[in-house]
Amino acid sequence: MALCRLIESARFALEMQGIGKSFGPVKALDDVTLRVLPGTVHALAGENGAGKSTLMKILAGVHQPDTGAIVREGRTCSWKHPSDSLADGVAMIYQELSLASDLTIAENVWLGIEPRGALPGTYSKKRMLADTCALAERHGFDVDPNRKVETLSASTCQIVEVLKALARNAEILVMDEPTSSCGRHEVAILLEMVKKLSRAGTTIIYISHRLEEVVEIAEYITVLRDGRAVHTGPMEGLQISDIVKHMVGRDLEDYFPKRKVEVGSTALKVSGLSSGAVEDISFDLRWGEIVGVAGLVGAGRTELARVLCGLDPSIGGVVEIDGKNVKIATPADALAYGVMYITEDRKRTGLCLELPAAWNMTLPCLVELGMKHILHLGRENTIADETAGKLSLKWPGPGAPAGALSGGNQQKLLLGRALIAGSRLWVLDEPTRGIDIAAKVDIYELIGRMAAEGKAVLIISSDLPELFGITDRILVMRRGRLVADLVTSETAPEAVMQLAAVAEGRT
Amino acid sequence: MNKLVREVLPFGSLILVIAILSLWQPDSFLTLDNFLNVLRRSSVYGIIAVGMTFVIISGGIDLSVGSLLALCGMAAAGAMIGLGGEHPSVGMMVMGTAVGLLAGAVGGLISGALITKLKLQPFIATLGTMSLYRGIALVMYDGQPINVSSYRYLGEGTLVGIPISVFLFLAVIALAGAILQFTRFGRHTYAIGSNVEAAHHAGVRVDRTLLGIYTLGGLLTGLAAMIAMSRTVSAQPTAGVGAELDVIAAVVIGGASLSGGRGTITGTIVGTLLISFLRNGCTLVGVSTNAQLIVIGVVIVLAVAVDQFTRGKAGEAA
Repeated sequence: MALCRLIESARFALEMQGIGKSFGPVKALDDVTLRVLPGTVHALAGENGAGKSTLMKILAGVHQPDTGAIVREGRTCSWKHPSDSLADGVAMIYQELSLASDLTIAENVWLGIEPRGALPGTYSKKRMLADTCALAERHGFDVDPNRKVETLSASTCQIVEVLKALARNAEILVMDEPTSSCGRHEVAILLEMVKKLSRAGTTIIYISHRLEEVVEIAEYITVLRDGRAVHTGPMEGLQISDIVKHMVGRDLEDYFPKRKVEVGSTALKVSGLSSGAVEDISFDLRWGEIVGVAGLVGAGRTELARVLCGLDPSIGGVVEIDGKNVKIATPADALAYGVMYITEDRKRTGLCLELPAAWNMTLPCLVELGMKHILHLGRENTIADETAGKLSLKWPGPGAPAGALSGGNQQKLLLGRALIAGSRLWVLDEPTRGIDIAAKVDIYELIGRMAAEGKAVLIISSDLPELFGITDRILVMRRGRLVADLVTSETAPEAVMQLAAVAEGRT
Repeated sequence: MNKLVREVLPFGSLILVIAILSLWQPDSFLTLDNFLNVLRRSSVYGIIAVGMTFVIISGGIDLSVGSLLALCGMAAAGAMIGLGGEHPSVGMMVMGTAVGLLAGAVGGLISGALITKLKLQPFIATLGTMSLYRGIALVMYDGQPINVSSYRYLGEGTLVGIPISVFLFLAVIALAGAILQFTRFGRHTYAIGSNVEAAHHAGVRVDRTLLGIYTLGGLLTGLAAMIAMSRTVSAQPTAGVGAELDVIAAVVIGGASLSGGRGTITGTIVGTLLISFLRNGCTLVGVSTNAQLIVIGVVIVLAVAVDQFTRGKAGEAA
C-alpha cells in the first residue's frame, strides 16, 4: 500500500500533500495539494491573499508547513532554508529581479558558483563564458554573455534569472508574475521562453494575474481561494471566465460596469504638445468621457501623462482646460487645475510606504481640505475613513503604514486622493497593474461612476481587454507620437495592436 | 508591538539610567540642583538636536551645526563688541543676538541652497559648509575668542528659580513638536524623507520645504549659540567641535531613521537627556571624560541595533 503511494508519487516532479500553514490565528493554507507532472507548465492562480505567496514561500524553503509533506521524485523533503529547496532542484524566479546590474550576464549566471581558475581564489572567465553560451544554447536562448545586465530589457533579465537557476541544476522553476513589468512585445518573448523551457523538459510552476497568459501556456492549473485549492486539473477546455469564477467563488457577469455615455463640453484640449520624450501630441477629452491610451512600453504614454501633469517640462504646444489656456509646470500646478495624476509605480513614485495610510491619502489635498498651514488630525482621519468606505478599501485603520496594505488597497489609497481633492481630470497610469480581480472590479466601477458624475478620465493601460471594457475612445501611441484616435465601439483590438506595434523592429 | 517597543525603549532606558543613578548616588545625583544643571547643559545641544530632527526626518543630515554654533557666537559677539564697545548697552546686546540668530538662519539657508539648487548630497554639502563656517569663525578674530562679560542673561538668568535657557529649551521643544505634528510643513518633512519622488508627485514643493528645514535648523543653532556664548560669557571660534556627532547621536537614539521618514521631537529630547544623564552620572561616579566616550559609543550602537532588530521583525510580519 505504502509502496503503491510511493510509486504514484514518483510520477510527479513535485507533490505537495495536504499542506497547512497558520500565522498566529490566521490560517493561510488549509489542506492544499499541488501535484505537478514533470515537463509541464502548471499555473497557480488565485487572488491576492488566496495563499499563493505562502505556498510559494513553502516551496522556496522560506516557510515550513505546519501539516502535510512535500514529495519530490518519491522522496519526502523538509526544507529549512532556500538553499535546501534549490539543492533539490526547485528554483524561484522572483518578481523583483535579484540581478547585479553592473555585472555581465555570464557573471550573474555564475555568481557564487564561478568555475575555478588555475590559481586558488580565481575563476576562469573563459570557461564561464563558454558555459553560459552552452547553457543558453541547450535551452534555445540567444544571449550575449558579455553584456551588462543594466543594458538589458525586462524580458532578457528574466531569461538571465532563468539561466541562473538552470546553472544551479534547477529542474523545477517557480515563476512569480514574470510578465508584470513587461509590455506586450516582451510578454510574447517571455511566454515563448517558458514554452521552450517546458519543451526542453523543465517543469514550470507559473503564477500570474494575467489569465490570458495562463490560458495560453499552462497545461495544468490549480486555483487557490482563501487558502484552499478549489480547483485543479488540465487547462484544456477551460475559459478565462471559468478560472475567474473559481478564483472569486461567484459568477462575474462582467468585469466592466455598463454605463451610458453622456459626454459634455471639451474638458481638455491638447494641441501640438511636445516634451523631450513625446512629440506633437494633439487630442481632446470631454467631460464625462473615458479615453484610453494604448501603446507598447516605451511608446511615450507615461511621458505624455508626465508632461500633462507638470512632471516633465513642456517644450512646445498648448494645453487648454475648459477652453482656457493653462500652464502646468509643476505637479502643484496640475493639482490646482484639478488634474490628478495617479502613477504607474505605486512604490517608487506613489506612496510613502512607512507613513500612515491616511497621510498618504491626504498628502496632495491638504490645501483643499482647508489645512493650508495647520492640520486637523481628527478631521483628516474622518475624511480618510469615509473615503476608504467609498472605495471599499480594506485597512487596519487610517494609522496603518501604507506599505502594510495589499497592492489593490495601495492603489485605492492613491485613487482616494482624487476623490478627496475633488479632481475633475483624472490621469490614471496602469491603474490596475498587479492587483487582484476584486480590486480591479472596484476600480472599474469607480472610474465609471466618476465619468457618470462628469469627470474626464485619461487612462493609460497595457491591458487591452481593460481598455476595450471601459473606454469610449482609445488613443494609440508609438515612439512618442500619437498615431490614432479611435472610437472604442467601432474598433477591433487587433487594429490597436497593429497600430501600436507597426515598424517596431527593436527588441 | 514592535513599534511600541521601539517608541518606549529610549524612554524606558532614560528612566532606567535615572533610577540607577538615583540609587547609586542619591546625595549628589538626586537633587533639584543637579537636575536643573543637567537640563541647562542639555539645552544647547538639545535645541540644535530639535532642528536636526527635522533635517534627519527629511532624509538629510547637517554636519555644519558645530561650526555654525561657533560662527554665530563670533558674529554676535563681534557685532556687540565691535559696535557697542567692551561694555555694550542692552540695545546693542539685543542687536548682537539678532545678528547671531540671523547668521544661523543664513548658514542653514546656504546649506539648504547647496542641497536643493546644486543638487549636492546633504552629507557632502554640509561637510563643505562645516569646514567653511569653522574657517570663517577662526579667521574673524585670528582664532581669538571674544569676551562679552556683560552678556549673562541667557546663561545665568533664572525665572522662578529655573534657568532661562531651560525655559527656552522647553519653548523650542513645544513649538517644534507642534510644527512637526500639526502643520503641513511638518507633514511634508515626513513625506520628503519617506519618499521624495512620491512627495514631488503629490505636489509637495520639495526644494522650498528643504530650504525651510535647513534654515530652521540653522536658526535653532543660532539660538543655541547665544545660550552657549552667554554661559561662558565669551564667543569661542573653536566652540562646538564635534557637536554635530553628539546631536545626530541624540536624534538617532531617539528613534529617528537616517534614511528619513521617521523620528519625533519627543524621541530626540529623550535621546538628548539620555546622553546628558549618562555624562552627568559618569562624572558623579568618577568616570573620566575620556572613558565617557566609550559609554556613549556603546549606547549609540545598542540603540541603533535594537532599532534595526525590531524593524526587521516588523518587516517580516508585513
